[in-house]
Amino acid sequence: MSVYFLNFVLFSIGLYCVLRKRNLIKIIIGLIICEYAVNLFLILVGYKMNGRSPIYAPQQEIVNMVDPLPQVLVLTSIVISLATTALVIAVAIRIYEKYHTFDITKIRRLKG
Amino acid sequence: MLELHLILIFVIIGAIIAVEIKDLLSSVVAVSAAGLGLCIIFLMLKAPDVAITQLVVEIFLLVILIRATIRRDLPFSVSGRWFFNTLITVVFIGMFLTVAFICLKQLPEFGSPLMRVSSFYLKEGFDKTQATNLISSILLGFRAYDTLGEATILFTSVIAVLVVIRKKGRKEVMEKEDKDEF
Repeated sequence: MSVYFLNFVLFSIGLYCVLRKRNLIKIIIGLIICEYAVNLFLILVGYKMNGRSPIYAPQQEIVNMVDPLPQVLVLTSIVISLATTALVIAVAIRIYEKYHTFDITKIRRLKG
Repeated sequence: MLELHLILIFVIIGAIIAVEIKDLLSSVVAVSAAGLGLCIIFLMLKAPDVAITQLVVEIFLLVILIRATIRRDLPFSVSGRWFFNTLITVVFIGMFLTVAFICLKQLPEFGSPLMRVSSFYLKEGFDKTQATNLISSILLGFRAYDTLGEATILFTSVIAVLVVIRKKGRKEVMEKEDKDEF
């Protein structure tokens, strides 16, 4: 149970970074930390105590396997989060080229 | 599971350093260290495929983040209602943690998951798909449509990135051609 709570602390660090920081790159880093926390939470939910990884081996019977379904979906989620992060970074680079700053309080003319 | 706690605390410390440090490049390096710690946690939780993917994604992310941040430091600005904003944020996060702590009691205990769907995969996976790695048998067999959607999102995002970082828009080129004609 304490592992879950530490995981939520990690998520709230990312949330604090997204809500409070003014630098665009810092906000992106907060998003990345949130993604880490969510992926880790899903893997933790599927963990079985003293389990083995879900891979069959020849000539031995493996009975106590961890849950493979969250691992598969987290695998998908990691790749998608990479794609969205790359998109956000591209937008940030364009904003820097146009306004010469990453400070979100100075970027006000978001038109055209 | 003491070592799991220790590495998770390492990840949390890395995240705090990444959030609070002023230099952007150091912040990117700190978040990468946190991601590599997460990779070790995935290995300890018996998810080797996820750990490999996390490692590759981590390195790629480090490269593109360094591309975005190199030689572009910004001073930390504290103008505006600094105290008020921080207070609101901390209160909100405290409420979030309280509600999350209450809701965590409804989850099954750590280490004993509900395996209602995946017990079927564990039992039938090898016979139906002939793949010894059950992760790939689910990823490319039972849940193949999810993977198709993932590939669609990946290609869409690649197209979007190319559109966003394109230097010269089509409108600009046409205007230039018009000027050349006159």
